[in-house]
Amino acid sequence: MGVDNPLGDNVITTSLDLLVNWSRKSSIWPMTFGLACCAIEMMATGASHNDLDRFGIIFRASPRQSDCIIIAGTVTKKMLPVIKTVYEQMPEPKWVIAMGACACSGGIFDTYSVVQGIDEALPVDVYIPGCPPRPEALLFGLMKLQDKIMTERNSFGATIGLGERYIPEAA
Amino acid sequence: MATTETMTLNMGPQHPSTHGVLRLVLELDGEVIIKVTPHIGYLHRGIEKLSEHRTYHQILPLTDRLDYLAPMSNNLGYILAVEKLIGVEVPERAETIRIIMAELTRLESHLVWIACHALDIGAMTVFIYAFRERETVMEIYELISGARMTSNYFRVGGLSQDVPDEFVKKVSDFIDVMPGYLDQYEGLLTTNPIWLKRTIGNGVISAEDAVDIGLTGPALRGSGVDWDLRRDIPYAGYDKYQFKVPVGEKCDTFDRYKVRLVEMREACKIVRQALDKLKPGPVLADNPQVCYPPKENVYNSIEGLIHHFKIASEGYAAPEGEVYQGVEAPKGELGFYIVSDGGNKPERMRIRPPSFVNLQAIEQMSVGSMIADLVAVIGTLDIVLGEIDR
Repeated sequence: MGVDNPLGDNVITTSLDLLVNWSRKSSIWPMTFGLACCAIEMMATGASHNDLDRFGIIFRASPRQSDCIIIAGTVTKKMLPVIKTVYEQMPEPKWVIAMGACACSGGIFDTYSVVQGIDEALPVDVYIPGCPPRPEALLFGLMKLQDKIMTERNSFGATIGLGERYIPEAA
Repeated sequence: MATTETMTLNMGPQHPSTHGVLRLVLELDGEVIIKVTPHIGYLHRGIEKLSEHRTYHQILPLTDRLDYLAPMSNNLGYILAVEKLIGVEVPERAETIRIIMAELTRLESHLVWIACHALDIGAMTVFIYAFRERETVMEIYELISGARMTSNYFRVGGLSQDVPDEFVKKVSDFIDVMPGYLDQYEGLLTTNPIWLKRTIGNGVISAEDAVDIGLTGPALRGSGVDWDLRRDIPYAGYDKYQFKVPVGEKCDTFDRYKVRLVEMREACKIVRQALDKLKPGPVLADNPQVCYPPKENVYNSIEGLIHHFKIASEGYAAPEGEVYQGVEAPKGELGFYIVSDGGNKPERMRIRPPSFVNLQAIEQMSVGSMIADLVAVIGTLDIVLGEIDR
């Protein structure tokens, strides 16, 4: 019984940036970081029925091991410093998803204690509206993030210390 | 003689097993806990204050987001309080559907509890299974209210709309298969040696202490106190249903687990009884001062339009006075205390969240045990930070 080699001895040509981007987008590891109601929908997305694992998305409990933070819920003024600390603990490259109306804009809680959108503190890559967004909406948001990762330039160069990672403006 | 020092350790608020944003400051002697101090307020959204600036109708969506695992129970507690305050009769069909949804909500909340509790102690399979069943409850939510979690379905005087035709079959199918799934969870946990070692003898709290602290719900019944608001102070027509109230004996995490599992089975039976009682009829009281008129009246008659406009713009005035209504939410007694000065907004609304009171027991339950057992204690208390911080 020999080894099947249906593609023959082929060579695939690609750019190093594309290879790095492809590997990054295929293994987004978000942090397990639930704040409020949206966290339950985030869990539902990760559990059976929707199953995030098929996108290579695996929740990690430590910021040191993750490259994406999903802000799932209401950010209060008391919680904001904690979120900032956690974000700073994550290694580069890192992305931020604002999940739900509260994380995008404060939602219905226009009160003395609620931060009116996480973009006041962190650079948000994808906004997902909804209160809370359906699991399908979170999946779509994550796919949008994957598309965004694929457009990045000089991702290989930045990894080996040559220049900065460049993210083109969305068309 | 060698001296030892205690160590202070911070747990949370981003810890994956503190069920949200709970922060605990632990004082440890080696691995043994000698003091636990919960720090709350990381999800304080000011819901009570917001309520003072909304009409009675506009407060309803805020209550969805208190205990977001059991939105319909919160809705029920709030609307019962308002109905008591202004005195509205609810049609029978609406009352029956409320019971069905409240019990499905109990199932849903307990499903998330068993999923997270088991996941925290290391049984991942249960998490996957329980979320599969939760998805069915969410489909039923979506079927009747259009939203998966924040349903906002109940109204003062009845329901926002009647249920669709396929509702009865869908609910009936679900509660037919649900006991089988519960057997599945029991097969994975009740005889699992790791589960037994982690739960038996963990988080013990005596009946007297439980009453003194003010525990309610499964946390109280697990300690052997036979108290259930649905049976002892019936509301929303619960006196027309037969169900058992399970109680534990050994006051530990395992007994609370057994109590909740029996509660889920009883919830299925209550839903079955309610489905048998379900008769056609109106789902909203005929009270134009308080309830929105049907849409065809709004479009086709001037009176309907005026009523709609009046409720939507300025709401309705409640008589001066104060009212308290407690309901048996999945986590315990959820109470709404409304003070009215005769206006269209409450002067003060105080929410008595079960998790907030139950969290007090954490110190008594965990002192003297290992730090890893604290995770089991948090799981068994079944807290939700949305209603603790409000």
